[in-house]
Amino acid sequence: MRPVLLVVAALVAGVGLSACGEREQVIVYKQGKYQGKPDTKPWENDSAANPYPGSKWNKGDQTSWEAAVRTRNLSQNEYTRAE
Amino acid sequence: MARMKFLCDAERCIECNGCVTACKNENEVPWGVNRRRVVTINDGIVGAEKSISVACMHCSDAPCMAVCPVDCFYRTDEGVVLHDKDLCIGCGYCFYACPFGAPQFPQAGAFGLRGKMDKCTFCAGGPEKDLSKEEFAKYGSNRLAQGKLPACAEMCSTKALLGGDGDVIADIYRQRVLKRGKGSEVWGWGTAYGKPEQRPAPAGAKS
Repeated sequence: MRPVLLVVAALVAGVGLSACGEREQVIVYKQGKYQGKPDTKPWENDSAANPYPGSKWNKGDQTSWEAAVRTRNLSQNEYTRAE
Repeated sequence: MARMKFLCDAERCIECNGCVTACKNENEVPWGVNRRRVVTINDGIVGAEKSISVACMHCSDAPCMAVCPVDCFYRTDEGVVLHDKDLCIGCGYCFYACPFGAPQFPQAGAFGLRGKMDKCTFCAGGPEKDLSKEEFAKYGSNRLAQGKLPACAEMCSTKALLGGDGDVIADIYRQRVLKRGKGSEVWGWGTAYGKPEQRPAPAGAKS
């Protein structure tokens, strides 16, 4: 009788204390995620499927997206437009 | 690409609040939350009045990221500081840490309860699927995913507010300052007149 009680008590204690463990607090860095948070990179969007036409770039090509944004960026310089 | 930055030219800003309106409209920011605002000093004093448009400056070493107890912030490859509203607990530590007062908190109840933090996203949305309804509802417009730049900077009528790649807007600002011959004191000699990588080391300088 006593061993059975001991086993039951151990099981109950085990189950009861299982929620007392500490959560992992260290960020797990994963490929394609920023500081452990998921977010799509801007150049992974398809510019052709954009309902609000903006710049054009090749889907997934970071360099072409940067070039498109750079062109857009330079349009803020009115000296290049005026001269 | 360098880091995405904002640069406001106090010589050009006319306090029209167009950037504030553009931000509100583009992101459908709720009442009481101001992601961007215009700060004016010496208001009404002729010749001494200066205005500057302020929002999240997307710091390279952001204090909000450092103090957040639930680590809800992240920085993208383009240097934009964003946060995950699903993780935010609305504690307000980021507001105390931010030197620009960028984090905003919507009133969530009748007793002044703070809702989840809201701030300028550089029009880059958030962790939700790009250009989705969910992303727009939580974070506003994602213009970077459309190959555009922040609405505030792109619609600035006097082009006082520049937004984009830090190197590119510094070049635009430098050219502007050299043409007009003043205004460098706002952002420093280096930003206005010289490219740091081209500046020769002073004679006899120790490394």
